[in-house]
Amino acid sequence: MRIVVPVKYVPDINADRRFEDCRVVRDPAEGSLNELDENALEAALRIVEALPDDERAASEVVALTVAPADGDLALRKAFQMGVDRGVRVTDDALAGSDYFGTTAALAAAVRKLEAEGTVDLVVTGMAALDGLGSVVPALLAAELGRPALTLAKKVAVDAGTLTVTRETDDATEELSAPLPAVLSVADTANTPRFPNFKLIMAARTKQIEAWSLADLDVEAASVGTAGARTETTSATPRPPRPEVEVVQDKGEGGTALAEFLIRNELV
Amino acid sequence: MTVQEPTRNRTVLVLLDPATEVRSSALELFTIARSLGRVEAVALEAPTVEVLAQLGAFGVETVHQAELPPSYTGDARHLPVVVGAALAAAVRRTDADVVLAPATFSAKEASALAARSLGAGLVIDAAGVREDAEGRVVATKRVFAGAWDTESRVTTELAVLTVRANAVVPEPAPAAVATEVEGFAVEVDAPAPTVVARTPKARTGGRPSLEEAAIVVAGGRGTDGDFGPVTELADALGAAVGASRDAVFEGWFDQYIGQTGVTIAPRLYIGAGISGAPHHRGGMQASQVIVAVNNDPEAPIFEICDFAVVGDLAEVLPQAAAKIRAHRGE
Ligand SMILES: Cc1cc2nc3c(=O)[nH]c(=O)nc-3n(C[C@H](O)[C@H](O)[C@H](O)COP(=O)(O)OP(=O)(O)OC[C@H]3O[C@@H](n4cnc5c(N)ncnc54)[C@H](O)[C@@H]3O)c2cc1C
Repeated sequence: MRIVVPVKYVPDINADRRFEDCRVVRDPAEGSLNELDENALEAALRIVEALPDDERAASEVVALTVAPADGDLALRKAFQMGVDRGVRVTDDALAGSDYFGTTAALAAAVRKLEAEGTVDLVVTGMAALDGLGSVVPALLAAELGRPALTLAKKVAVDAGTLTVTRETDDATEELSAPLPAVLSVADTANTPRFPNFKLIMAARTKQIEAWSLADLDVEAASVGTAGARTETTSATPRPPRPEVEVVQDKGEGGTALAEFLIRNELV
Repeated sequence: MTVQEPTRNRTVLVLLDPATEVRSSALELFTIARSLGRVEAVALEAPTVEVLAQLGAFGVETVHQAELPPSYTGDARHLPVVVGAALAAAVRRTDADVVLAPATFSAKEASALAARSLGAGLVIDAAGVREDAEGRVVATKRVFAGAWDTESRVTTELAVLTVRANAVVPEPAPAAVATEVEGFAVEVDAPAPTVVARTPKARTGGRPSLEEAAIVVAGGRGTDGDFGPVTELADALGAAVGASRDAVFEGWFDQYIGQTGVTIAPRLYIGAGISGAPHHRGGMQASQVIVAVNNDPEAPIFEICDFAVVGDLAEVLPQAAAKIRAHRGE
């Protein structure tokens, strides 16, 4: 079983996330592996760990990122969780990529890995906590010509078939598809493991494979700002909210709340 | 609010899935669509008579009803690959300029797939849509937990956008139209998973849905498992009920608000016993008015609210509900 897990290095949700010249400021000191990718890594590792010994020994989990050099921080975290390989696709031409540009680079990297042997599964998180688009898994599946089983809260792989349970806004669904497939997991799918000491030590010396667009046969003009179909024309911080009105409840807090709502015509 | 007159002769397709009811998110999309051009809808099933009457009132000229291959007419018709194929085929058929869809996960995926196959620019989770001086479609977005506003311009001829609920107040057309239904054939050539089982979620009878409600009352770990005070206040206000992720993980409620849950931007959000973690804030910080009830004066949610009650929610919420019921004369 070979599994590729696309991961992303994102500005930390607790940090001062901001734009400059309509671009997200990337401060390596204030970023982390997208937390939702930890659920994807966990799902991939568990699928491999559930295999019989011989298949398990022949298995490989590859973490893949499309990013500048700071993407290594995401791959290092993936190593600490136990993935076997880390691949980073870096190219100046990728800056400013929209959903389609990012997907094109990810798909090309999966195809290159496929040249070494079948990639049975691509497993992603449900969203990146910076952009929150949640569309890359479906686009990646389309690009690779594979079925997409997205937002899974339960995952099972059995005899070459992937089965998931998922919650959409309208229904609870059970979906299945033969491998190869693309899977995205919800944050409810599992609890990501904490790295153990042995893996933390091993992660330090693991080599990251760096690929460029030329290695992937992707045309520079089709990605990045050049290929993007949308452009951010402005980014402005929202004005702070007006001073908060604080009421200490001494028996009348509920009444004060109701009066605030009535006064502001919210009732 | 008056709906802006479009400056160009555009065709705007609105995704209507399901077509057996018209949700307020769809009414918002029709309202936005009218400010951009002529409004048509795409459906995966036959709209009911009641639905058609509502569409007419909102100025929807035509519903394009997908005729799907036999293997996709059942539960599989809601799969994003199927909906995406229907949207793309409808655009080719109508030569549409804009596609608008609601901000559900399924609609986002379907929109992305349609945009991919049509080479269109895609905006996910727009909080507002307008045209600029050159007639290009421009979307506003709230990002980074509501701390920033961005504007993005779509540079392709066709623009595909998913729009968050509560972006505009739905407004019927000045004059109703007679909505026509036209069938069109859709082929699905991308590989699709098999739908082994599908159980539709019951839309809670009396209460509005969390995704679309104008008022939301949410409970967190501070309820200690008793959502009674939360639902009591919600019902007094005609509001939807929501929760924090921790409350859902405890099994106290079934839907949570936040970056990985439902993203909401109602007129009024009331959070009780919720600390205001960044993940939670990311899903509600764009609300117009934020009220928080928490017994910890240092709770982070107080930093982003308009009105704060420091107190025990089990006391505060029922009292507020009683006062509101009295105000309404009940
Ligand atoms: C990847 C990831 C994604 C996440 N996504 C989400 C998400 O989408 N949505 C989400 O909500 N969370 C999400 N979380 C979890 C989030 O980080 C917080 O843990 C969670 O929101 C906390 O829930 P809470 O506010 O109910 O609980 P707590 O943080 O425990 O807060 C409880 C609050 O209740 C107050 N309280 C206690 N008793 C009372 C009382 N009697 N009366 C009044 N107040 C009282 C306390 O003072 C406290 O402030 C995510 C976490 C991760 C790691």
